[in-house]
Amino acid sequence: MTNIKNAKGFWLSILLAIVFFVVVQFLINGALINDFYINTLFFIGINIILAVSLHLIIGITGQFSIGHAGFLAVGAYASAIISMKLELPFALALVTGGIVAAVAGLIIGIPSLRLKGDYLAIATLGFGEIVRIIFLNIDYVGGASGMQVSHMTTWPWIFVSVLVTIIVITNFTNSTHGRACISVREDETAADAMGINTTYYKVVAFVIGSFFAGIAGALYAHNFYIIQPSNFGFLKSFDILIFVVLGGLGSMSGAVIAAILLTIISTFLQDYPETRMIIYSLVLIVMMLYRPQGLMGTKEITSFFKKRKNVEGGPKDGNHHTVA
Amino acid sequence: MEFVQQLVNGISLGSIYALIALGYTMVYGIVKLINFAHGDVFMVGAFVGFYAITILDMSFFPALILAMVVCALFGILVERIAYKPLRNATRIAALITAIGVSLLIEYGVIYFRGAQPEAYPGDVLPTSSIDIFGVAISSQSLFILTISIVLMVILQFIVHKTKIGKAMRAVSFDAEAARLMGINVDNTISATFAIGSALAGAAGVIFGTYYIKIEPLMGVLPGLKAFVAAVLGGIGIIPGAMVGGLLLGLIESLVSAFGYSLWRDAVAFVVLILILIFLPSGLFGKNRREKV
Repeated sequence: MTNIKNAKGFWLSILLAIVFFVVVQFLINGALINDFYINTLFFIGINIILAVSLHLIIGITGQFSIGHAGFLAVGAYASAIISMKLELPFALALVTGGIVAAVAGLIIGIPSLRLKGDYLAIATLGFGEIVRIIFLNIDYVGGASGMQVSHMTTWPWIFVSVLVTIIVITNFTNSTHGRACISVREDETAADAMGINTTYYKVVAFVIGSFFAGIAGALYAHNFYIIQPSNFGFLKSFDILIFVVLGGLGSMSGAVIAAILLTIISTFLQDYPETRMIIYSLVLIVMMLYRPQGLMGTKEITSFFKKRKNVEGGPKDGNHHTVA
Repeated sequence: MEFVQQLVNGISLGSIYALIALGYTMVYGIVKLINFAHGDVFMVGAFVGFYAITILDMSFFPALILAMVVCALFGILVERIAYKPLRNATRIAALITAIGVSLLIEYGVIYFRGAQPEAYPGDVLPTSSIDIFGVAISSQSLFILTISIVLMVILQFIVHKTKIGKAMRAVSFDAEAARLMGINVDNTISATFAIGSALAGAAGVIFGTYYIKIEPLMGVLPGLKAFVAAVLGGIGIIPGAMVGGLLLGLIESLVSAFGYSLWRDAVAFVVLILILIFLPSGLFGKNRREKV
């Protein structure tokens, strides 16, 4: 019964998404919305992918990683090399960006995920910086002056990537593996005692997260005309982190909503970067002081609709919409 | 001889790292929080020193002391406003707040005075070079080293010989038991922040006189590297932070000396990761088993 219900909900959301896609595509083709809005839309898409991929690492698995921009950079550069230097098609560049970033995630994840809490945070931060400095020192990709990339990111690519990211990560979260990851977040020692290979699941989550960050990097690179190592500094990681924290650690819809809201806000504050950072940091501090679980906590947006139906006699364990 | 020169540079840089690292390590030892804003206190110290020297026409030492006092008060303020309400929150919440505070200080300073860099006047400290065995060592490096050592000795004295130092050690050992023994834990934590921030402020002024250029984002990298130094020596251990800082400064200048100066910033993080993997409790730390 729940399965059918779930499947219905699933196909309904896919249908809605496709309708949304067609409408936007129609608007773009008919030049009914100007470039500014199209660009904002692209940024929203890229940021959603980043937010959701980091949500898997921080929100679901509970591993506090603040070097996500490093994977974004790896994906961006890898895809740019494929499409610009080797002149292969964009689809290949996109996938390569993801795969190379996933490999980077694996290499970084295996040693650093043995660390916990603060140490992990600093180690990932360090890796992010190392990645940036490596690109800064490779002349093949232009060093500090960066690398020219032609504009290849289009609305269908963004849309498909966002959709695939959300579907994969939702399904992963609701699978056995996802539950194992949640148990790692809730109590690592207890999960270990229950026979869950905690290191394995942490690395898996990390690699999947890096893969999608790499995809986002590929889209980012081909949307931006030029990529420079300075685009991928600590501040970029922080931008991604705030999506996840604001949305609620453990809520994917929260991360998506936060990504949409903050991208729109930062587009309007583009001319006042200091004000933007001050607002961001204040939001972060006030949020941690008064609502440390984020806007949505660990709830998903769908649970608001389902709750009413399940008040009486509904499944108590609420398996179908859960992140914890 | 070039090599010895680099070694001297390394020690000067290392003593700056050590001063910042002390604040990290003390705060971590007492509240188990990585105070990301610590690097920005260092920046504030550099700016206070700069304005004291240029606008208030102070000489080096009064400026140094003023910067230390202002930073100490600033540290207490940050602790009281941002960290105190989070005493019992999760580690991640505290860490995120610390990142937020750090960015707020950085961009607050940029907002109020702009992002343009300032240059310390060159004649704050005498700059003659002293010839030792054919190696020209600038008197500034010696000055920096001496000041750092004096500050560290004072710190050791405070921690081991005074009442507040005893309270700090007690709270870092067991905050609950310390409270039961009638120690005012909140004040002790504030005192720790004050002392750590004062040291960072001193490091800021020293950094300014030695490297001339200061800017609002100057605290980010030295802050992170000082954290690496603290981890290298064993976080929470005061002599560890000193040794770690000096060691890191030396490693960095050796990397520069071998011609890889562009990679200098990456080295600190490589050191961090190696230390965390092979020697997670640092050079001076004892390995502690986790209990459930």
